[in-house]
This record gives sequence, structure tokens and C-alpha cells, in this order.
Amino acid sequence: MTEFTPGLSVFGGLLIGLSAALGFAFFGRVIGISGILGRALQFDFGEIQWRVWFLVGLIGMPLLLELSVGSLHGFNPAPPMAMVIAGLLVGYGTRLGSGCTSGHGICGISRLSIRSVVATGCFMVSAIITVFVVRHVLGVN
Amino acid sequence: MGRVLALLMGAAFGGGLWLSGMLNPAKILNFLDLAGTFDPSLIFVMGGGIPVAALGYWYMQRRTVPVIFRDIQVPLAAAVDRQLVLGALIFGVGWGIGGLCPGPALAAILIAPTSIGLFVIAMAAGSLAYQRLHG
Repeated sequence: MTEFTPGLSVFGGLLIGLSAALGFAFFGRVIGISGILGRALQFDFGEIQWRVWFLVGLIGMPLLLELSVGSLHGFNPAPPMAMVIAGLLVGYGTRLGSGCTSGHGICGISRLSIRSVVATGCFMVSAIITVFVVRHVLGVN
Repeated sequence: MGRVLALLMGAAFGGGLWLSGMLNPAKILNFLDLAGTFDPSLIFVMGGGIPVAALGYWYMQRRTVPVIFRDIQVPLAAAVDRQLVLGALIFGVGWGIGGLCPGPALAAILIAPTSIGLFVIAMAAGSLAYQRLHG
């Protein structure tokens, strides 16, 4: 059980949207985390600088907040084996599908890209089915 | 200016994820658990984020040239193909197992280095496997 947090989630969403909006307006680029990661793994260092600084902020800010404010929502990770399987599928799938929740879900939908709308629908549906199978068919919680 | 702005953008993105609760995998899994402990928070994250991102996109198109870079590079492909659908479906299965996608995984890596670290290493391995098979 996690608490429904509409206010905090809208506000957090506004900040994420602001980041994506600045990416469009100032850099003319899509902020996609799987894309940034994929480029790094291909040793594609073109335009590396802004991506590195983006990552520093992305990784540093949550730690700073966690240390200064404390945990707002708690943290309940899946067991290690689930993390490994999940990570493999997320890494492979986001490359094959050219994007994840940021690139397709936020940036793609905001510019009404048909590919992103379809991709977001696909990963939402397969994730909902997966959770249903794991929790309600297999009974793992 | 580009560096400072990119740092601020990363901080806004990471701070937004932290504030919205999206760094807790249980909150993602509960969003996806329509038949159980449903938590609709993620829809509110998207509802807050997408309109603001759309404003930035609209502004970029109006300018035709971005403020810092000289050209616009957004994906132009319009065709929905097998790779897109299959990749998204596979990503969704992983998202439904771990409750993590790439953004929150990186954003939470210093908060919970052991459990998230495992996910990030596996995610990098999955991404490299893609390069080996299709690159």
C-alpha cells in the first residue's frame, strides 16, 4: 500500500515537464533517459557535455533532497532477483523500442508523436498485465 | 550557460521524480495494480508534465532554432513498426516486475546504491545485448 499523493505528484510532474520543455526550447533535443544511457554505452560522445551535466543534476538532486528533507514517500524495492530480470528487460526493451517513460511518455506525447503514443500504450498495457500476473495469478507480493 | 542550464534541468527532473514519489518502485507497481492496491499518483505526474513539455515544444517550433544549439534534433520517424511495439512491450514487462524505468533508476542510485545498482547494471547489460544483436 502506498499513499495517493496527487498534490506532490502534480508538482513533481510540473518540474519534470519544465526540464523537458527547457530541453526543447534551449537545446532542441528530446530528454530521454534511455537514449542518454544508450549513447554512453555506444561511446557516442557527441554533445556529451550537456548530457553529463544533466546526469549530475538528475543523480545529485534526489540525494541532496533525501539527505536534507528525508524520505517523503518511502522506498520499497523489489527483491534482488526481480531487479536483475527487470533491469535486463528494461535495458533491452527501451533500446529496441527507442525510448522509455521520459522520451516516449513525457516528451513524445507532448509533441503528439504517433510512435510515442503507441509505445506508451504498449508499455502501460504490458506492465499492467505483468503486475496482474505477478501479484494476482502467481500471488507474489 | 549550456552547462549550468543542463545541470538545472537534471536537478529539476531528478527533484521532480523525488517529489512525485516516482523513486519508490512500490508506487509504480501500485499504479499498475488496477485490480489491487491501485495508486493513481503516476497519472498526476504525467498530467503535470506533459502540458508543460508541450509548451516548450511549441516554443521551439515557433523559434525554429533552439536558444543554445544551432539545430533541432527530434525523431522524425512517423511509422509504427514491429521494433517499436515489441520493444515497448518488453520494456513494460520489466517495468511491471521491478517498478523502475531508466530515469528513476538513475535518480535513485545514490539513495539506494545496492538494490538500484543491481537494476542499473542489469539495465546496462540489456542495452549492450541489444547492441550486440542489432547494432
